Amino acid sequence: MRMLARNPSVVIGAAIVAFLALVGLFAPLLGTIDPSEINPVYRNKKPGVERMIRGDDGKETVFVHRFGTDSLGRDIYSRVVYGARVSLAIGVMVAALSVAVGLTIGLIAGYIRWLDGFIMRIMDGLMAIPAILLAMGVVSLSRAGLVAVVIAIVIPDIPRVVRLVRAIVLSIREEPYVEAAITVGTPTPTLLVRHVLPNTVAPLIVQGTFLCGSAILIEAILSFLGIGIPPETPTWGNIMAEGRSLFRIYPHNIFYPGVCLAFAVLAINMLGDGLRDTLDPRFAKRV
Amino acid sequence: MAGITSVLDITNLTVDLPRGSDRPHAIEDITLSVGAGEIVCVVGESGSGKSVTAQAVMGLLPRELTASKGRILLEGENVLEATPARLRDLRGTRMAMIFQEPMTALNPVMTLGDQIAEVLEIHTELSEPDRRQRVLQIMRAVHLPEPERLIDVYPHQISGGQRQRIMIAAALVLDPALLIADEPTTALDVTTQAQILKLVRELQERRGTGVLFITHDFGVVAEVAHRVVVMQSGRVVEMGTREDILRRPQSDYTRMLIASVPSLVPPKRAPKTGQVALATEKLSKTYGTKSLIFGRGRVVRAAENVEIVVRRGETVGIVGESGSGKSTVARCVARLIEPTSGAIRIGEVDVAHLPERRLRPHRRNVQIVFQDPYRSLNPRRTVGASIVEGPVNFGLAAGEAMNRARRLMTLVGLSPDALGRYPHQFSGGQRQRIAIARALAMEPQLLIADEPVSALDVSVQAQVLQLIDDVRRRFDLAILFITHDLRVAAQVCDRIAVMQRGVVVEEGPTVDVFAAPKHEYTRALFEAAPGRNAMFGAAVAGAA
Amino acid sequence: MLAYVLRRLAATIPVMLIVAVLVFLMLRLTPSDPAAIIAGDNANSEQVAEIRKRLGLDQPILTQFVIWIGKTLQGDLGESFFFKKQVSDLILDRLEPTLSLAVFTIILAVLIAVPLGVIAAYRHGGWLDRIVMGFSVLGFSVPVFVIGYLLIYVFAIQLNWLPVQGYQRISLGIGGWLQRLILPSLTLSVVLIALIARITRTSVLEVMNEDYIRTARAKGQTERKVLIRHALANAAVPIVTVIGLGVAALIGGVVVTESVYTIPGLGRLTVDAVLARDYPTIQAVILLFSFAYVLINLAVDMTYTLFDPRIRY
Repeated sequence: MRMLARNPSVVIGAAIVAFLALVGLFAPLLGTIDPSEINPVYRNKKPGVERMIRGDDGKETVFVHRFGTDSLGRDIYSRVVYGARVSLAIGVMVAALSVAVGLTIGLIAGYIRWLDGFIMRIMDGLMAIPAILLAMGVVSLSRAGLVAVVIAIVIPDIPRVVRLVRAIVLSIREEPYVEAAITVGTPTPTLLVRHVLPNTVAPLIVQGTFLCGSAILIEAILSFLGIGIPPETPTWGNIMAEGRSLFRIYPHNIFYPGVCLAFAVLAINMLGDGLRDTLDPRFAKRV
Repeated sequence: MAGITSVLDITNLTVDLPRGSDRPHAIEDITLSVGAGEIVCVVGESGSGKSVTAQAVMGLLPRELTASKGRILLEGENVLEATPARLRDLRGTRMAMIFQEPMTALNPVMTLGDQIAEVLEIHTELSEPDRRQRVLQIMRAVHLPEPERLIDVYPHQISGGQRQRIMIAAALVLDPALLIADEPTTALDVTTQAQILKLVRELQERRGTGVLFITHDFGVVAEVAHRVVVMQSGRVVEMGTREDILRRPQSDYTRMLIASVPSLVPPKRAPKTGQVALATEKLSKTYGTKSLIFGRGRVVRAAENVEIVVRRGETVGIVGESGSGKSTVARCVARLIEPTSGAIRIGEVDVAHLPERRLRPHRRNVQIVFQDPYRSLNPRRTVGASIVEGPVNFGLAAGEAMNRARRLMTLVGLSPDALGRYPHQFSGGQRQRIAIARALAMEPQLLIADEPVSALDVSVQAQVLQLIDDVRRRFDLAILFITHDLRVAAQVCDRIAVMQRGVVVEEGPTVDVFAAPKHEYTRALFEAAPGRNAMFGAAVAGAA
Repeated sequence: MLAYVLRRLAATIPVMLIVAVLVFLMLRLTPSDPAAIIAGDNANSEQVAEIRKRLGLDQPILTQFVIWIGKTLQGDLGESFFFKKQVSDLILDRLEPTLSLAVFTIILAVLIAVPLGVIAAYRHGGWLDRIVMGFSVLGFSVPVFVIGYLLIYVFAIQLNWLPVQGYQRISLGIGGWLQRLILPSLTLSVVLIALIARITRTSVLEVMNEDYIRTARAKGQTERKVLIRHALANAAVPIVTVIGLGVAALIGGVVVTESVYTIPGLGRLTVDAVLARDYPTIQAVILLFSFAYVLINLAVDMTYTLFDPRIRY
């Protein structure tokens, strides 16, 4: 634990991620308005434009569109702030789900030899299909929406987790202390949980972190291409999708969410790097 | 001694360890010398600093270590003050080094010829055909078969012994004045080791090379050394001729070390008449690979028709080199792998082909102590948890199991309070004791000891062997002792079986087999044992 | 050697089979009836039934699968619902732009990334090393299209050096073709460069810790020769592996890059097909890309035998 706190990548990455999570959580309190509110009068305004808003109490106050507005007059700043919620939530959900499913399958594949070949063939097949295409294919199968997108991103990630877990299981299986546990009569399920599973925790935390980052990117790509989350719920990806056509004249549509996205994923990747350097003994020696 | 020119002269050498290490210096105040034409063996246990000394001479110290004091004179030139370019000039031409693991020390993607030729490329202006001639010449000098063919072959295609010869060839091709050998035979089989030692002696005599030979094996010292330097914890403890050190050691430490080396002469032991605990019949294990599409298979007979009998109170040894099948037999008996055919009777029951569920109740009768003390305990669990795991599996209440664990810790010479600690807090020898305690916790009839002391220092080795012997007597255990070390086998085993390529070639009471080996392989094995002609060493375990 | 090649080729068949099954099942897994989708909202049940029969959707699943495999192997990939053309024609039409983009990008990336990684490993710990590592993390984190728009903004809009979007066929002139390919390739190569540079650096550093490097130094070899002759030769295998893997990352990026730069390639085709739920096209494209990926990895495996004599049967 202490070692984690000493690694600069971990600290900076975790701090930024925490910051963004808080931003998403406290979105309504951060000077935003309804991100879906359409306002034809204020379409495509440059950042800094002001306007009057009627508050709940009937009073009129000044509101500044800090990031400008999009082609439907929606406030980009509010959309970006609310977008943090969905984008980060998707990242976490995908990571958690991929790890959970991948861990289970990986343990089975590593320990039950006759299932191993069969499972790994399917995993190889899944991995042969490039991730984006697979995700796109899955999305095309159903209505667009949060669940569909999450599942679409999880499916290509599962084989990668399975591969990692299986490799760990196979190597731990050869360790003398596992053989010793067999000779003292420890049954296989207990063996897996007690001796094998703990060795998967650190690598899975690292991989899960990277999966979170990549999930956010993939969601952004899907939304950008128009096959992700529908625009009523803002995500950084679909905000950018909106801004495509008028990019030359109104680049702010793309740059603000783009920068946030890059920032978030960068922080997550830094966190992952730092975690890997501290948690995974194999990488500890490498600078 | 007079008249020999000094090739290497180390005076007051001190190498510092980085801050935060358990001692300030890796080596301190080392003074030793190597003359032309003499072999100086540096002996010590792990952590003695012998390798650091060798690396310092070559200028190959790892980044964290710095030579802070002293002088290293190579043919009169101070190596510590040489520039990196000068050091590079000296390496390969005036001083050369060979290492312990020939497989990893050779570049896997370069041909053998190229690796030797590289030395010539760096330091000479020879043309390519000339280089080739020199390479072939040196390959013949190290007695490599078919040099014309091997020159274009890769390291993984030849054996360990041959690889070490290649290393020696590359080291000696430019006739350096000093050869540093860092445990060059430790990773080799006994018979291969004997050949390499012979080769080193031969080349060294012919060319007048001074050799600094690092080793931990006193047998090797007895075989090749002219002079000996004994190191402990970074300091030189004693120095002298081979005779002086082996016969008349002055310091307590040297005396203790030599006393810990088991003698090659087995004591007379009364035959054991206890109940038969283990009897294997025609035990065989075959590994075959068959390609699905192309049909051809490669069959490896790891063990063939092995018959071993061990009685209670008796220690039976299986002796062999790598690939002999001794580990395979041990793993079959422990049912870590299933034999292809044959019977394994533990008491009355044949456990050879029992399915796991029916096998489990019988597992308590056979326990095993593994070779590597650093990997046989789960690093994430306390040693107490590791010891009680077995008894709890078989229904013993947790409290009772802990009591048993405490009793056993005392028995193996460790404090019961240490049960709450983790494996990394113990030394290698202590971990082996814990492994023994874990095995005993199951109250087995048969204890398999698979090279239990091979990874331990010689002084610790003696203690663990003593412990195993005590335990055998106290619990009337049958012990199946696997080892490649003839000395250990001589002192510890009542009977031995010698295995070669999966087959038992000879077996009988230890005394008889050692005195009059019948099979030619057994004879070759004993011939190869280093230092067998030197009279030193002690009886380690009692012959009761 | 030939036996080895054949054996490896044969080993790809099960994987492709699984891909085929997965792709085939995809269509059959839709909650909605594909015939109904094609027929449109205003069709009556008779028209839907007719379309179903035409597509062969009324046969048992296994028969459908076999027929589909048969047709695919002969090159008949069906007809696109959306474009009303033979899918195979569509693909052939869009092949050139995507291929140009991909090849250009790979060459660019390898030429930049491998030397960068090697130098970073050589000057391990120095400022160049840190820059390379920092840049590579950045390269993974910024989405491809953001990079694309950034480059367009700077080079095309502000500086006006290069055209903003679009693609020109080679047949219409190499100069224009190249000009339009620069920005997209640069955009796409960023991720690839980041990946390859990083793995190159890591592999070389790992190899520098091996025993035979110590042996080479003990022979008096210079640091530079040690690096090139001993380290690089052994680090080649993981580097080549990652280049193969990078191709997979590339395929994802191609889809986005073609969208950003409005290049009429296979990537755009896929997006349009997904948006239109044009299943025959989606299936065909996924199959094609997967097959390409498997073949590329096979080729990569083959090159191992060049680098590592231990892998030679």
